[in-house]
Amino acid sequence: MSSQPLSQNQERFELNLGPQHPATHGVLRVKLLMDGEYIVDAEPVLGYIHRMHELMGENRSWAQYLPNMGRLDYLSALSYNLGYVELVEKMAGIEVPERAEYIRVITTEMNRISSHLLWFGAFVLDLGGFTPLLYAFDDREQILDLLEAVTGSRLTYCYYLFGGCYNDVEDDFLSGCLAFVKRLRTRLPMYHNLVTKNVILRQRLEGVGPVSAEMCRKYGATGPVLRGSGINYDLRKNEPYSIYPELDFDVPVYPEGDSMARFMVRMDEMEQCLRIIEQAIAKIPEGPVMAEKVPKMIKPAAGDYYHAVEAARGTFAIRAVSDGANQAYRMKLRSPTFSNLSLFQEASRGMLLADGLAFMGSLDLVIPEIDR
Amino acid sequence: MDLGINVFEMVIYLVGFIAFAAANAAYLVWVERKGAAHIQRRTGPKEVGPYGLLQPLADGAKLMSKQFIIPAGVDRPLFILAPILTMVPAIMIFVTIPFSETILARDFNIGLLMILAFASVNVLALLMGGWASRNKYAVISAARVVSQNIAYEIPMLIIVITIVLISGSMNLTEIVAGQAGGILHWNLLPTNGNFLGPITFIIFFICSLAETNRAPFDLGEAESELIAGFHTEYSSMGFGLFFMGEYANIVIAAALTTILFLGGWYSPLPESIPYAGASSVVWFLVKMYLLIWLVVLIRWTYPRVTLWSLLNLSWKILIPFSLFNLLASAGLVKLLG
Repeated sequence: MSSQPLSQNQERFELNLGPQHPATHGVLRVKLLMDGEYIVDAEPVLGYIHRMHELMGENRSWAQYLPNMGRLDYLSALSYNLGYVELVEKMAGIEVPERAEYIRVITTEMNRISSHLLWFGAFVLDLGGFTPLLYAFDDREQILDLLEAVTGSRLTYCYYLFGGCYNDVEDDFLSGCLAFVKRLRTRLPMYHNLVTKNVILRQRLEGVGPVSAEMCRKYGATGPVLRGSGINYDLRKNEPYSIYPELDFDVPVYPEGDSMARFMVRMDEMEQCLRIIEQAIAKIPEGPVMAEKVPKMIKPAAGDYYHAVEAARGTFAIRAVSDGANQAYRMKLRSPTFSNLSLFQEASRGMLLADGLAFMGSLDLVIPEIDR
Repeated sequence: MDLGINVFEMVIYLVGFIAFAAANAAYLVWVERKGAAHIQRRTGPKEVGPYGLLQPLADGAKLMSKQFIIPAGVDRPLFILAPILTMVPAIMIFVTIPFSETILARDFNIGLLMILAFASVNVLALLMGGWASRNKYAVISAARVVSQNIAYEIPMLIIVITIVLISGSMNLTEIVAGQAGGILHWNLLPTNGNFLGPITFIIFFICSLAETNRAPFDLGEAESELIAGFHTEYSSMGFGLFFMGEYANIVIAAALTTILFLGGWYSPLPESIPYAGASSVVWFLVKMYLLIWLVVLIRWTYPRVTLWSLLNLSWKILIPFSLFNLLASAGLVKLLG
């Protein structure tokens, strides 16, 4: 908090944004120091839904901790599932059948699209446009229906197991995914016509909330925030995992660093997800979806392990220290929006309140993942 | 002046206008909700009555049965007065609006001036409500509303002067009478002799959107930034009156646009055509509700502008344009008239 004395003709006041506020999309509190409509200083206050997920990881067995992964970033839960099961597979040396890998990629990418669609709707809602939200939810609903059929849940998925997937997908699911790909390809141009080309929207996003590549490095920002600042960094390409190296897709990068760039990165990313899903469905082999010999009690060798995946909002990484027991000795989760939010304080100085909230929306915050 | 008849007439009109304003406020909410639902591929209210037609009554009953909470530390008199002050001028304005040649409470010579005078009281009410609430969001909203309304009243008044210049009167009945004889004689179209008619109309329409605090200029309410703006702290009918006042103002803005630009109660068709060519209150209402529907459509399509771009639009574009428009129209009137 800057502690400049109040000058006589410049009266500043504190404004509590949240923990209950429509624009924070969760129980985030931002302590704003305002000068009229201008933000002088913004201090995010965290901890309102802290649930000690990391401590939980040290208190339950590897398998018991799996459902927790769906409760971090509830909008792209499958990426978190993937990150965790791949870590444990790496620790215990479990081989995953190829079909399972393909299923994992297809479902993860579907989940990524649903996360971006929800962000798209909520972001335009932040800017005052209500209608795109419901169109986006219509599309998202199709994904949830498809994923519900294979995973059994609609939001907090727990689908992957160590060594494969919980159950096999049917042809109905694959053809449903292809139908959805076709559908979204017709819907995305509509979104661009209705939203992206809107002059009011462009005016509100272009040049607003500039985040330099330097600032991203300083705060460890990842995901679309980083790629919107001109840095081509996507773990699916840079530290490939699963079957991503076998698939052909581009990483959208925009150099401007403003809210519009972050908007366009996510919109383009949805198109790339569609490409990935199409290729994966074309290539998916027959075979089992679970490894043959997965020990019931996983006891990895003592050591320090790390694995990172590209979640919808950026790098999700887990560092687990094992002492050879059935549970982690130390568990550390690195969630992308915690870092992305931390640049808000520096970047939002001098912004208008309305622009500050648009900027916050463009960071795509999911609060349970920040607080863990 | 025959006072006896006039008092009786005034009471009838007053009751009628209050009922009209209240019914419009209630059912425009229904239109807005149903319209928004169709734009967004939902069904909207459908449980209460057929097509949810009784929903406004249920909403009203609910609002009236709620407690009117006065938070600790608010400026009590202003807090109570503000919602009343939004509704009263709105009802007063209806007195001057001619719905047809015969449906008119008072025929003022300065009817136009009176509407604009009463309309500006609304800003005061919103400022009072926001200021008295002792809520920072409400104060920010009140400040926004004031700067917005001041910015947009200027081009609006200049446009009104242009219209007065063209029709030569501030009497609303005479302004409408000047547009008799079909669509080609409306102030909206250049065929009326004023080449700048469409520009005048567009500027006026934008200004009326901003004056009524409607999207994309709903900065005062801005639910994703300021929670509910100036009426954040209001509950029960306090909120209800603000809400009704907003819709009453939309009706007034649409009615005024109809009178100034769309030929009031005159049919767009020539009078020689039977029935459809006749002028009546039906045409007035059709035009008015089409304009209101346009306002609803805009709200559910566009995102909100920021404060600066809103003020820039007024001071840098609308005011110079409307001034130029006034000068050009004056020249045209001098040349042609």
